[in-house]
Amino acid sequence: MLKTLGSQIKEFKKDSVLTPIFMILEVVMETIIPFLMASIIDDGVEKGDIHHIYVVGGCMVVMAVLGLVFGVLGGKYGARASAGFARNLRKAMYENIQTFSFSNIDKFSTAGLVTRLTTDVTNIQNAYQMILRMCVRAPFSLICAMTMAFLINAKLASIYLIAVIFLGGCLAFIIHHATRYFNQVFEKYDDLNASVQENVSAIRVVKAYVREDYEKKKFKKASENVYRMFVKAESLLAWNTPLMQFTVYACILGISWLGAKMIVVSSLTTGELMSLLTYCMNILMSLMMLSMVFVMITMSMASARRISEVLNEEADIKNPMNPIMEVKDGSVVFENVNFSYKKDAKSYVLKDINLNIKSGETIGILGGTGSAKSSLVNLITRLYDVSTGKVLVGGVDVRDYDLEVLRNEVSVVLQNNVLFSGSILDNLRWGDKDASEEECRHACELACADEFIEKMPDKYNTHIEQGGTNVSGGQKQRLCIARALLKKPKILILDDSTSAVDTATDAKIRKAFAEEIPNTTKFIIAQRVSSLQSADRIIVMDDGCISGFGTHEELLDGNKIYREVYESQTAGSGDFDEKGGM
Amino acid sequence: MPGPMNGPMKGPQPQGKPKGVEQPGKLFRRLMSYIFKNYGFACVVVVICIVITALSSVQGTMFMQTLIDDYIIPLTKSEHPDFSGLLHAIAKVAVFYLCGVAAAYAYTRIMVNVTQGTLKNFRDDMFLKMESLPIKYFDTHAHGDIMSCYTNDIDTLRQMISQSIPQLISSVITIVCVLVCMLRLNVLLTMVTLLMVAVMLGITKILAGLSGKYFMEQQKNIGIVNAHIEEMMNGQKVVKVFCHEEESIDKFNQLNDELFHSSDNANKYANILMPINAQIGNVSYVICAIFGGILALNGYGGFTLGALASFLTFNKSFNMPINQVSQQLNSVVMALAGAERIFALLDEKPETDEGYVELVNAVEQPDGTVAESEKRTGIWAWKHFHKADDTITYQKMEGDVVFDHVDFGYNDEKIVLHDIELYAKPGQKIAFVGATGAGKTTITNLINRFYDIQDGKIRYDGININKIKKADLRRSLGIVLQDTHLFTGTVMENIRYGKLDATDEEVIEAAKLANADGFIKRLPDGYNTMLTGDGKNLSQGQRQLLAIARAAVADPPVLILDEATSSIDTRTEKLVQQGMDRLMEGRTTFVIAHRLSTVRNSDCIMVLEQGHIIEKGTHDQLIEEQGKYYQLYTGKIANA
Repeated sequence: MLKTLGSQIKEFKKDSVLTPIFMILEVVMETIIPFLMASIIDDGVEKGDIHHIYVVGGCMVVMAVLGLVFGVLGGKYGARASAGFARNLRKAMYENIQTFSFSNIDKFSTAGLVTRLTTDVTNIQNAYQMILRMCVRAPFSLICAMTMAFLINAKLASIYLIAVIFLGGCLAFIIHHATRYFNQVFEKYDDLNASVQENVSAIRVVKAYVREDYEKKKFKKASENVYRMFVKAESLLAWNTPLMQFTVYACILGISWLGAKMIVVSSLTTGELMSLLTYCMNILMSLMMLSMVFVMITMSMASARRISEVLNEEADIKNPMNPIMEVKDGSVVFENVNFSYKKDAKSYVLKDINLNIKSGETIGILGGTGSAKSSLVNLITRLYDVSTGKVLVGGVDVRDYDLEVLRNEVSVVLQNNVLFSGSILDNLRWGDKDASEEECRHACELACADEFIEKMPDKYNTHIEQGGTNVSGGQKQRLCIARALLKKPKILILDDSTSAVDTATDAKIRKAFAEEIPNTTKFIIAQRVSSLQSADRIIVMDDGCISGFGTHEELLDGNKIYREVYESQTAGSGDFDEKGGM
Repeated sequence: MPGPMNGPMKGPQPQGKPKGVEQPGKLFRRLMSYIFKNYGFACVVVVICIVITALSSVQGTMFMQTLIDDYIIPLTKSEHPDFSGLLHAIAKVAVFYLCGVAAAYAYTRIMVNVTQGTLKNFRDDMFLKMESLPIKYFDTHAHGDIMSCYTNDIDTLRQMISQSIPQLISSVITIVCVLVCMLRLNVLLTMVTLLMVAVMLGITKILAGLSGKYFMEQQKNIGIVNAHIEEMMNGQKVVKVFCHEEESIDKFNQLNDELFHSSDNANKYANILMPINAQIGNVSYVICAIFGGILALNGYGGFTLGALASFLTFNKSFNMPINQVSQQLNSVVMALAGAERIFALLDEKPETDEGYVELVNAVEQPDGTVAESEKRTGIWAWKHFHKADDTITYQKMEGDVVFDHVDFGYNDEKIVLHDIELYAKPGQKIAFVGATGAGKTTITNLINRFYDIQDGKIRYDGININKIKKADLRRSLGIVLQDTHLFTGTVMENIRYGKLDATDEEVIEAAKLANADGFIKRLPDGYNTMLTGDGKNLSQGQRQLLAIARAAVADPPVLILDEATSSIDTRTEKLVQQGMDRLMEGRTTFVIAHRLSTVRNSDCIMVLEQGHIIEKGTHDQLIEEQGKYYQLYTGKIANA
């Protein structure tokens, strides 16, 4: 896992190495300064050698300036290394996600991917900077200060050794227990926030059923619970400061007492005593710092794991070795196709599918929720791979085509379709980068989108908000159809793409298809029989199997499911208006 | 979700927008008084403890002088050193130190309660306030913004209350004490120290300004990158279908690089502040050492070696808290911005309710009048309390709703419903039909007073709905919303939401009525299956069935059904339809219809267009008229 992450440091390796080096140099300066200090007092002040004070003082200033330079450089490289590392992580993840197939995306979920690219990367950036700057600095500072202390007086310095072991042990104990508590608390805390979120989005339900008091009571109980758990966890951490102070004070007093005795018998100088006391702070502060770094690392481990999962995920649909670069025609053949979303699944989502569709045919697909209509068409563009059997487009197995070639010739309008922020033209040109405004307008006319676009303030330059929130459901669907048409595909698949379009417009779109793009093979998935009735042939899906395949009249005659659906939707249509716009 | 990673030991982090706060002083006072309200005594104890801790630390530093001047130097000069005096002095210091340590524990421990307690109070108050706010508030505020009050803003407050404030108090006390001690030891050296502090503050100001500028830029870029990521991840499948990967990567790399540059700069300036100040501190130390050394050597003003040692320690203790204060200020500013948003939520005006007419269970008496009943009888009555003569009268609840020339707009400038006239007799079924945005849902939201009307009157059994207590008005109306929202909990609990004291049998009965029983039984744990994340593991149709069951168990006299628009398959649709039909029996029902079968047998169909009722009548009447309804219904344009 860490190896995966580490390989993304790349061009920031230099910064990553320089940071700790400069931190170490800074520590060296910091450690030498108290040593020189002792020399000023002992050899300068006590012996009345003002020249010595100047020389050593001058040295100290030089040390301080060097320390400053090293510190600044360490800070600069540290910032660059961590910000760069974060950039590379985001870039690597983003690029890998672009290679993902649909099933890879399903595995992580959209929200999961967003969190990994944002919050998790920020956590790693902070942790990495901390590691570069503190992980080397703190232990080194501890060792340096300790060494100096031992050089000055080994006997007194052993007090520090005891102090370090004592404080280190206590901190380890506290952190060990605290992290466990905190993990529990944060889980509950997340639950609490999730329930707030739930209340915000369901506020109408709460108000309609007059359940404000009930929700308040429920929330107060949960919030009381979170409060108690937080107090329990943080009370443990409350020991940190007093423990640290206790150890420092104990050292100061111990050193003062023993040091005084030694000075009296001349085995220690006053200056040395002062230096020892300075090192005391250095040693224990480093220890404290180390414990903080440790906590930070533990907390960012979860983020590191989630990021490396994305980086290590391999796309399960790849281009073949010698791809075929041309799709001959729009014929589609399914040969003994079985399909399941998971490799090791026991039962198939699509079972034993055999179809033979000629180029230019219009095929309707009907079936209940979960009858695998979308799964069927998704195999044609190779959004998923079949488990067994073959899907042929233009007489060639879809797995032999170059993916981009295949997807440019087989255009899908997905069920959950998305528009992107940008102008209407920008969105349309997803279908064809170089499409002229005239071509875009023509595609919109076919999709019956032209009429409402013309009514918009900036027409084709109207800005679409993120997620297409400023157009209604029906308008969005029509724009998506126009976008797919711009590819001028050999096969066009509409996956329930006119569900929010009113019946009249729906009919107009179908009519335009029949007249303007007669040679394109069209697959239309719909709930409304009226949308399918005019198709050349209709596939009735039931629980992953083809229950019927034929013309409207044939099915009405011989297929029970089809007849049932038809009868329940008698007279005109079942729908009134443009739906889904709210 | 931000939250779990904001551990207890993480340093101050710029979250949210570090924008300037208006009137920070006033806000700070308000925050303090909010904390004081519940933890006044605790706060006083904390301040006292912090003072004790700071003083004990200062006395320890002062002891260095005594140690060298009064003990070590005399002892080195004496023939037979007597250490008992020193031991005594050390013991005394030790006692002070112990007091300091005890006080330190006391205040950190109390602060845990103060911090967490205050955060809990904030959370509770926010939630309580939120539940009482009118629907309009939720329309006009992004849900993400409301949520960030509970997450980001609370987190910055945690940082400030638990760390910044105690540290500020302790730093100020230390600074004052140390300054006094330094002045007592040597005025000249103190001036030198202060001069260096001034330099330090000057540099801090410049660097903090630069770093702040880049942090803002970083924050802005993070926002842009996150928005891009969110948009592209949501549309990732479309990206695949259109082979748009390359373009998507190019755009991302560009944004990502911009973020890198601002993040690099922001962290750079923040990082170099510490070493610069620390080294200026060291230089200050050296200068004092040299000056002090010269002074001590020449014995000016009786300045001793011990005094120099002490002074140098003070010099170091003086620089540290100043460094800390400058670091904490940033997190205080951020927390105040958070506090401002939280207080803004707390200051929102709750839904008002001047209603006085209550809804009570009733029994019919032999003489035809109704009387109040303790038990649920299936009959309801409006209970009028007449203030004038202090009497109570009852009126049977029938479910008769009248709209009398109603105008409505979400704000006064833009009226969206014009002159709505509507009569629903008890038990009638009224259907609304029309294009998206015609105002169908809005009309139903007026009946239960989610919004208040601008002009005209709505009467419920002849009573102006403004006179009915909101809670009772809403209790009398069952609503099945277009978008089904479910709560985390079991299926049973979700249905019971309609009537909290419903028995399991009642719940199952309601589920059967709504046609939901069948699929619930097939769920892994039946009625005890846990639903999470708004029931994401259920299909749209199943969620709707549960919403209908929820309304069924409430058993309200009047129903409002907003038919779901998302496509559900025909079989489930049939089940939903049957469920709704059974629920509607014998109740006054308003239904926002999208499907023909729902509308056809309505007593009256209202066709809405742009906030006006353009046609009304029964199905047959409207078909005959060959107007808009005919057009919608047949998919044909009349006379074309």
